Parts: sequence; C-alpha cells; structure tokens
Amino acid sequence: MISTADPVSAAPETTSTERHLLSVADLGRSGIAEVLDVAEAFAEVERRSMPKVPTLRGRVVATLFFEESTRTRLSFETAAKRLSADVLSLAVGTSSVKKGESLRDTIETVEAMGIDALIVRHRSSGACHQVARWARRAHVVNAGDGWHEHPSQALLDCFTLRQVWAERAGVPPASMGIDCFDGKRILIVGDIRHSRVARSQVLAYDALGASVSIAGPGSLLPPSLAGWPVTVEPDLDDALTRVDVVSLLRIQAERGSGAFVPSLREYTEHWGLTSRRASRLAPGAVVTHPGPMLRGVEVAGEVADLPSMLATRQVTNGVAVRMAILFLLLGAPGTDPRAARPVPEGVRVAVGSDRG
Amino acid sequence: MAERERSHTRPLGGVFVPRSVVLSAADVQRALTRMSHEIAERNGGLDDVVLVGLQTGGVPLARRMAVVLGDVEGREVPLGTLDVAFYRDDIGLRPVLPEAVTDIPVDLTGKVVVLVDDVLFTGRTVRAALNALGEFGRARSIQLAVMIDRGHRELPIRPDYVGKNLPTSRQEMVDVGEDGVAIGTLSDR
Repeated sequence: MISTADPVSAAPETTSTERHLLSVADLGRSGIAEVLDVAEAFAEVERRSMPKVPTLRGRVVATLFFEESTRTRLSFETAAKRLSADVLSLAVGTSSVKKGESLRDTIETVEAMGIDALIVRHRSSGACHQVARWARRAHVVNAGDGWHEHPSQALLDCFTLRQVWAERAGVPPASMGIDCFDGKRILIVGDIRHSRVARSQVLAYDALGASVSIAGPGSLLPPSLAGWPVTVEPDLDDALTRVDVVSLLRIQAERGSGAFVPSLREYTEHWGLTSRRASRLAPGAVVTHPGPMLRGVEVAGEVADLPSMLATRQVTNGVAVRMAILFLLLGAPGTDPRAARPVPEGVRVAVGSDRG
Repeated sequence: MAERERSHTRPLGGVFVPRSVVLSAADVQRALTRMSHEIAERNGGLDDVVLVGLQTGGVPLARRMAVVLGDVEGREVPLGTLDVAFYRDDIGLRPVLPEAVTDIPVDLTGKVVVLVDDVLFTGRTVRAALNALGEFGRARSIQLAVMIDRGHRELPIRPDYVGKNLPTSRQEMVDVGEDGVAIGTLSDR
C-alpha cells in the first residue's frame, strides 16, 4: 500500500496481526469496524455513573512512554483501569533508561514481571515493531512511534466521525455500520511529513472507502507520495469548500517542523484554519485535531471553539476506543489469567510472589 | 442468549437445523400473556417493576411483554436492554464480543427488576447479568423470566416465570424466533 520511498515502509513488516496493534494496516476494514462497534459498547459503560467493568481483572497493562504525552497516556491508563486491569506506568525519565539500559533490556525487565500488555510510545519509527518481536507473551500496542503510526488516534477519529454522522441521522452509531465513510471527502492539513497521526489516518480512511487529500507547505509533505492513496490539494481555500472533514495536524517543533517553514506566522497565513478559512467550509463539515492544539498557529482560537471542532469529543471518545483495543487484545481466547501461565525463566520466585 | 451466542460465535458456529416445533407463534404469545399476568400478580401490580431484556434473544420478548403488561395494567413499564459480554466468566477462554449497546433507562435502586431471556441453560449468562445489573443501582429484587427452561444448570440459578420447561440433551439446541420455538441441532457449515 505504501511505497518503499516513504518513511512508513522504513518500519519492518508487521509481526502479527492478532496479538499486537502496531499499525492500522493490521486491522483492515473489518478490524476497524469491530473496534468501532465494541467501542460503542464501552462508550455506554463510560456514560454510567459507575464507569467500570470487571472484564480484564487480573491482567496487567504497562505504559512505556519514551516520549512525552498527556492525553494518549492518560487515555490508555484510564481505559485499562475502567476494564479493571492493573496499570503500571514506567516514567522513563526516572528509570534505568537514564542509566543507559537498552530498549531491549527494558522490555525484557518489564515483561519478566508478568505484564500482559505493553503500551509503547517511542521517538523512533518502527520501535514498537521491534518491541513486538522481542515480547515473549505480552501484547504490544503502538501508542505512537516516530513519524510512523499512531493507530489508536486514527481509530478514535473514525469513531468520533461516525458518532457525529449518526447523531445527525438520528440513529445509534453502531447501526450505521462502516459504510458511512464510503465516498466521504477528508482533507488532512499541516505537517504531514512528520505526522504519525496522518499516516494512520490515511490508512484508516482509505480502508473505509473515503477519499483522502492532503494539503500543506511543500517542505512538510512527505518526500515521495508514490503509493499513497491520497491526492495533494495545492489550494487550501478552494479545497475547504469541497470536503466533509478537515483533519488538522500540529506543527511539531520537537521534530523540527519549525525549520521547514519560514515562520509560524507565515504558516498560519497560508495553511492555518483561520476564521476566514473556516467560513469557507461546506455546511456540515467538521474539523478534527489530535491535540495538543496550538491556538493561533494551525487553528485560530475562535475556530477551535466552534461546535464543528471535535477535539474535545475526540479526547472523550479516546477512552472508549482504547478500552475496545485492550479488550480485543487482552480478552481474546488464551488470555485467561486463571489458567496457568508460562513463567519466564529465572523469575519464577519474583513472578509467583508478585502475582499473589 | 446462551443459545444464540453459541450458534453465532466461533468455534461453535454452525447452522441451526430444526427437528421439531415445540411452541407455535400463538403458543409463545399465550405464554407471554400468562407470564405477564404472573408478574403483575406476584408484585401486586407494576409499581417499581422494570423489564430488562438480555441481548439478543431476550430483547424482543421483553418488548412484547411490555406491550402485554401495558394492555393488562393500563400503564407503561420501563424497558431496558442488557448486554452481559463484559461480565462473562469465559472472557479469555472463548471469543466474547458485545452484541449490542446496553440501555438501562432508569436508576435501578429500589426497583423490582424482571430479567427476560429466551432460553435458560447453564445459568452463566444470568450470573453475568446479575453482576451487570448491580452497576445500575441496588435493586429491591431481581426476578427471572424465560420462555424456555431447558435444564443443565451449572450454577444455583432458577427462573421465577417460565414459558415452557423443555427437557433437552446438551447437544441439542433451542431456537426462539418470530414463528415460535423449535428444537434441533447445530450442524457444521
């Protein structure tokens, strides 16, 4: 699907489609549909006055974030807790990683403690695939690897869009199936080059039958688009009038996007969703943003507060979608913690007493 | 629900082959009417009564029961639906997926909840449902209404209202549908 000239393919081949969630491509259309439907059931759990279910009792989920995050980490940890799983959170800044422990040794150490799922974010593309290859029994969830992918974000974007369209149609979201994306026009704007969100979105929206276009300064588009199922929109003002969804991306200063544009003001002038541009949007068009939002840069403050901006809703939905991801991986046959589980060699005593 | 679940999910999936019809559509309606009267009689009317249908087989039955109760007592009964997937005791042993979104429209604290299902078999679905209902408030009591009790209980659970007691073997399958109740077997696709 993606050409070899692109950073996406710099990541190694997927190790497994069942055990891990490393790329949206692992899921395909039916896999995405399953996540969205299960997430609807968890969204109902979230609306309860007591939003907790005993589903994953006895499972242990660890978040390993080698790169900073607010919402993704909180969202995964909240999701795991609402499923009654135990949550360990490795603060990389205060861990032995600082002493020079390698990624592989860190993973082995964490896994030796009887962890069932590793939620990994890393600054290097492909890091999660590597972790998945090392993991003996833990399920690995990619929570963002470099420029490569951020599958849970793309899934919650899909979930949020279907929810909005279902509300307008006055029907339950699950009854819409997955066909509601067919023929929808989705425009991704901003720093596509450095964006793992964009890569996951393109894979998801394309698998669901939407037509995807991208827009941004030439320096922030991927070096090659060969094999990408997208078209490039040269004129943002014109493109905005023709789309159902605008997906805004953040200018990623930490990945050096700043050096790719002359100035943030100039970026806003040409590619920001200003009030003037927002008024060009087709009626009913909505705007998504993965956060954190830089008001005044990629989106004007007053546009960020419009009802068509779904950012806050995306954050809310993130928990239900991540509950679905964890449930589908950790609730699959063969994961019952009451069954005797293989204990890694050399850690028999530690594991035995830790799990009591 | 147990029946349906087994028929539609891997690895026990297959096609239901009916052997004989046990209840006609009219029989099912008569049984529903009788059970509705029993519910009203036992609870001295419908004060605080809430019907909850188990996804998926119990939902249409609960809906029909609500209609009968509305005719008999001249008032509407709150009606909810419950999916017990997240409370099952076989998560991690076999594929478990929610069939539909749970919808409990009222706080159950102090209510008399009548759980409605199509077939009562091992009792494990009902056990899961009892745990699930606890999340929506502390009901005054929970009662169980089933169209078919086919035996083979694995837990200490019994129904309060029964459409028909139907002796079965474990290998057989019971299907409750629009056009009545049939007994048969599951064959490989």
